[in-house]
Amino acid sequence: MKLKKILPQVLTLLFIVLLFGFFTMNAQENMDTRGIEFGFGFLKQEASFDIQFSLIDYDGSHSYARAYLVGLLNTLLVSFIGIILCTILGTIIGVARLSPNYLIRKTASFYIEFFRNIPLLLQIFFWYFAALRALPMPEDAPLLLGSSFMTIKGLYTPAPVWINLDVFMITLVIALIIIFFFNKYAKKKQEEEGVQYPKFFISLVIFIGLPSLTFLVGGVDLSFSYPELKQLAKTAFTYEGGMGIPPELIALTLALALYTATFIAENVRAGIQGVGRGQHEAAASIGLTPGQVLKLVVMPQALRIIIPPTTNQYLNLTKNSSLAAAIAYPDLVLVFAGTAMMQTGRAIEIVAITMATYLTISLIISSFMNWYNKRIAIKEK
Amino acid sequence: MIKVNILKPNKNNLSLFLVLGGLFFTLGIIDFYLNNFLEKNITSFLPGFISFFTPLIFGMIGLYFIRIEFSGIKLLDDLNKNINTNNFNAALSITIIILIIFSAVPLLNWFILDANFTGETKEACTGSGACWVYIKIWLNRFIYGMYPNAEQWRVNLTFAIVLAFASAGYFMPLKFKKYLTFYYALLLPIISFLLIYYLISGGDFGLVWVETGAWGGLSLTFIVSFFSLIFCFPIGMMLALGRGSDLPTVKYSSVAFIEFWRGVPLITVLFMSSVMFPMFLPDGTYIDKLIRVIVAITLFEAAYTAEVIRGGLQALPRGQYDAAKSLGMGYWKLHLLVILPQALKLVIPGIANTFLALVKDTPLIFVVGLLELVGMLNLAKTNPKWLGFSMEGYVFAGIIFWIICYSMSRYSQNLELKYKTDR
Repeated sequence: MKLKKILPQVLTLLFIVLLFGFFTMNAQENMDTRGIEFGFGFLKQEASFDIQFSLIDYDGSHSYARAYLVGLLNTLLVSFIGIILCTILGTIIGVARLSPNYLIRKTASFYIEFFRNIPLLLQIFFWYFAALRALPMPEDAPLLLGSSFMTIKGLYTPAPVWINLDVFMITLVIALIIIFFFNKYAKKKQEEEGVQYPKFFISLVIFIGLPSLTFLVGGVDLSFSYPELKQLAKTAFTYEGGMGIPPELIALTLALALYTATFIAENVRAGIQGVGRGQHEAAASIGLTPGQVLKLVVMPQALRIIIPPTTNQYLNLTKNSSLAAAIAYPDLVLVFAGTAMMQTGRAIEIVAITMATYLTISLIISSFMNWYNKRIAIKEK
Repeated sequence: MIKVNILKPNKNNLSLFLVLGGLFFTLGIIDFYLNNFLEKNITSFLPGFISFFTPLIFGMIGLYFIRIEFSGIKLLDDLNKNINTNNFNAALSITIIILIIFSAVPLLNWFILDANFTGETKEACTGSGACWVYIKIWLNRFIYGMYPNAEQWRVNLTFAIVLAFASAGYFMPLKFKKYLTFYYALLLPIISFLLIYYLISGGDFGLVWVETGAWGGLSLTFIVSFFSLIFCFPIGMMLALGRGSDLPTVKYSSVAFIEFWRGVPLITVLFMSSVMFPMFLPDGTYIDKLIRVIVAITLFEAAYTAEVIRGGLQALPRGQYDAAKSLGMGYWKLHLLVILPQALKLVIPGIANTFLALVKDTPLIFVVGLLELVGMLNLAKTNPKWLGFSMEGYVFAGIIFWIICYSMSRYSQNLELKYKTDR
């Protein structure tokens, strides 16, 4: 009986130790013959390659560590925008799937069946190489919304130019803290004395009012720099000023959002359907309006079903953003596991760092979502 | 003279309201059509803003007129119930109808009416629509990659034989049915591997050797998905059982394995298999990159399969374990005969999703330089003789993948229904 418990464990351990030992020994030998020393010292060396799109100050004279940071920030940017877009789109499509209107229901399921059955990479390629390439050249681009240009070289929009942005940001944080405590206070009041404040309205006033006040007294000012057409050569045009969003970023976020939205839509649908009919009917019978039924009764229960699988989709989106490498958007994989590895030849260290980064992001997102899930879980009394 | 309150559609004047509603609705559609495709604005006398919305307004008036409850006409009642319950719904319906027309007409033009089907060169494509000549000329490459033309019968033959062996289980006499799992899990992969090794790869029996770098196109997509699918299932099952085990080392090594593969993107795994993995092997050993890719994808998807199966194991009531144990079953007997058959039945949709994800992930093997369908498209796109047809290529590949994935998901839905037993 005891042997039955110990033998498999010993075998597993032996297998793991032998496998890793074999790999490490070979790696050591291979590195010795090639004269490479294992270590992370190369991160401090000068990277001497350029990155097309960067959120922070970067050029070739910065270190590999800085290049890594640029790649990481670009990955996070795509994931962040993608998650917001796919959540909005997925919720709309998911609710539309349950619409009593035949046309809307069918359109929503057509959307889901269409986008989820085509490989994401193909969709990224389609948007980048086929759809966005059909856009006009900078000099022929029509004006969008009075100030933006959608061209083959990307989207050019007005860029905000802030004066004393830090004052504004600090006030925004203060406003959020005040709202947090106000809501706590209002909840306490309601539970103790039954007094109801217009919580949402007052929060909104604080959220908008306090930061706006800084324009009057704090010396904060906001202006916009608009993109303007500039001639580089006889036939080469570009835009100056404003904010340029590269087509790689647009194609990637668009494809990620459209693809992931199909899965989120299915989660939302399953969540809403998972709330029993009796809940709808009971809520309606005590006189709640359809909007209130959705907001106060159905959604809080549906969210518990929706959130765990949706977290998985957010993680998938973040991991899928690594497909950026295929269209040369400078994300973590392209910058670090691509260019930096070619230059330094340190395969083991770089692949290990890249994988560890993704693992960390995954763990952070899933632990945040676990915390949120716990917060909204049914509190049994 | 009967007085008719025109603002209140009712049953008494059914035909009048039907005609009125139909007229307005048609007017809206015609207005929209003229506006968008013939550039004629029949309502240009109205202010620009209103003129833009006339199709919607006309359509809504039309639908308002035909919104008559219990009219006695079944078609009308169904229509009202489904797309025309109130003004808001009517507005949404009309918007969708307009959007469908708006996208269907140009799509039809591009796909068929303005497209070119005949010819041999780029010059044959004169229309403004799709150039299907491009697909026609390159079809061979899209299916077989760089595989030599004269040898392509080998690929066809291999696929035909594997398909025959795979469908053999379907026609097997009843008394052999119990060996089916063994056949599919062990014999079929071995047969297929031998076929691919001797027939597609070649080198023996007077067949020319074709290196794996030359394989490609849709056939490579199938080879990679087939082997990864077959292998990731048993590995995932073992991992799921390992994760549920009471033995700490088995449990935690399974957990570590699963969480590691699930936490990293496939593209980095493929990077690892192509640049990092050779460093871990003794100097001079070389493993073919196709095999490395299949192993990488298999391990990656096995982790996901394991999690799906674990969900099924957890969903089974404790009583099943207790009942099996009380009959004196050991660990393996208990799992193979009682737990797994029930658990796997529960997770058919989840496993189908994992398999679909696997098929959709195969294009990623471009990272290691293997060109399956999407990779071949990108290669063909850069051919100087055929520049500017990327759209046709992606649409073609999209349709192919869509058909594969959609039929797979349909099949899984059928399986789910077939094995659904009430408990």
